[in-house]
Amino acid sequence: MKLRSILAGVAIATLVIAAIAGGTLLVTRTFMPKGGFASLVGGPFVMTAHDGRRLTDKDLAGKPFAIFFGFTQCPDVCPTTMLEVANMMERLGADADRMRFLFVTVDPERDTPDLLRDYLSSFDKRIVGLYGSKEETERIVKAYRVFYERVPTKESYTINHTATMFVMDHRGRLAKTLAFGEDEGSRLAKLRDVIALSRQSGG
Amino acid sequence: MKRFISNLTAAALICLVATAVEAADYTLGTLKISTPWSRATPAAAKVAGGFMVIENTGNESDFLIGGSLVRSGRVEIHEMAVVNDIMKMRELPEGLEIKPGATITLKPGGYHVMFMELKEPLAEGDKVEGTLIFKKAGTVKVSYEVRSRGAKGGGHGGHGGKH
Repeated sequence: MKLRSILAGVAIATLVIAAIAGGTLLVTRTFMPKGGFASLVGGPFVMTAHDGRRLTDKDLAGKPFAIFFGFTQCPDVCPTTMLEVANMMERLGADADRMRFLFVTVDPERDTPDLLRDYLSSFDKRIVGLYGSKEETERIVKAYRVFYERVPTKESYTINHTATMFVMDHRGRLAKTLAFGEDEGSRLAKLRDVIALSRQSGG
Repeated sequence: MKRFISNLTAAALICLVATAVEAADYTLGTLKISTPWSRATPAAAKVAGGFMVIENTGNESDFLIGGSLVRSGRVEIHEMAVVNDIMKMRELPEGLEIKPGATITLKPGGYHVMFMELKEPLAEGDKVEGTLIFKKAGTVKVSYEVRSRGAKGGGHGGHGGKH
C-alpha cells in the first residue's frame, strides 16, 4: 500500500515535470525570435546620411557597425561619446576601417544632415551622421529599442535618450553594448572581438 | 646652493600664492564660487555646459537661478543623470538650491549651467565672461576657463583631459 502511494506520487511528479518542460519548450518555440534574443535589436531602416545619400540597413551588411542615438544640442553625453568613439578609432588604427560608426539624430526638428556633418567632423570624419523624417526616425528608434522623449524647458526643449551604444556584427545582429562611462579598455576589447569575428567569416 | 634653495623656496611660495588665488575666485555675500569652467565645443554645437564649485557659508539657502555668457543667447540651470542607460536631463525650474553650509559641485554628468544658442564655439584656452544670478545674493560676474573637450573637472589648473 505504502509502495503504491509512493509510486503514484512519483508518477504524478513526473507528469508535472514533463508538462512544465513541454510548456516551456512550446513557449520558447513560439516566442523566442528566430536567431535568439540578439535579433531583437536592429532591423530594417532607411535614413539620410550626412552627405545627403540615402542609407539603409542593407548598405551596412558585411561589416560590423557601432550605432549611437543622440542630438547635437546635447551638452555632455553625446559629445563625450563621440570623443570616445574618435579616440577608439585612433587606437584601432587600420582596424577602424573594418567597421562603421553611426550617429543617429533623435532631434530631426533641429538637426540637419549639414549640421551633423559639421558636428561629427570635429570628432572623426568617418563617423556617419544619420538623419530621418519623423517617421523614419521612429522606425530606426523602434528597431534598435531605443528610448527617447522630449522634455520641455522654459523656452525650448531637451531630449532624454538611451546613452548605450550598440555594436552590431557583420550580419547586422547585436553583438555587444557599450555603456556610457564604460572603461576604454573594455570598450576597445569588445570592438576588437567583433572585428575579429567578422574577419574570420571573411567580412 | 644657497641661491638654488632660495629660488626653490620662492618658486614654492609662488605656487602656494597661485593656488590660493585660484581657490578664492568669486565671493558674493555668503557664497563662494570657484573655478568656473567649460569644455571646448564641437563644430556647429549650439550648447555647452558651465561647471564650478559653489559654497554657501551663510545661514540660509540660496538658489542659482540663471546667468549669462557673452557668447550664448541664454542660460538655463540643468540637472543631468544617466539612469538605467538613459541620459536624463531636466531644467531646474526653481534653480539649484545651495543649502547653508553646503558645497555643490557643478560638473559633467550632474548639475550644470547650460549655455544655449551659442553664437561662437568655445575653444580650449579661451576665457569667456559671464554672470551668475542667485535668488537672494544677486548677480556676480565670472570668467569661465575653457578646457579640453574631454575634461572631467576636479582640481585646479584645468588639465582635466582624458589621457
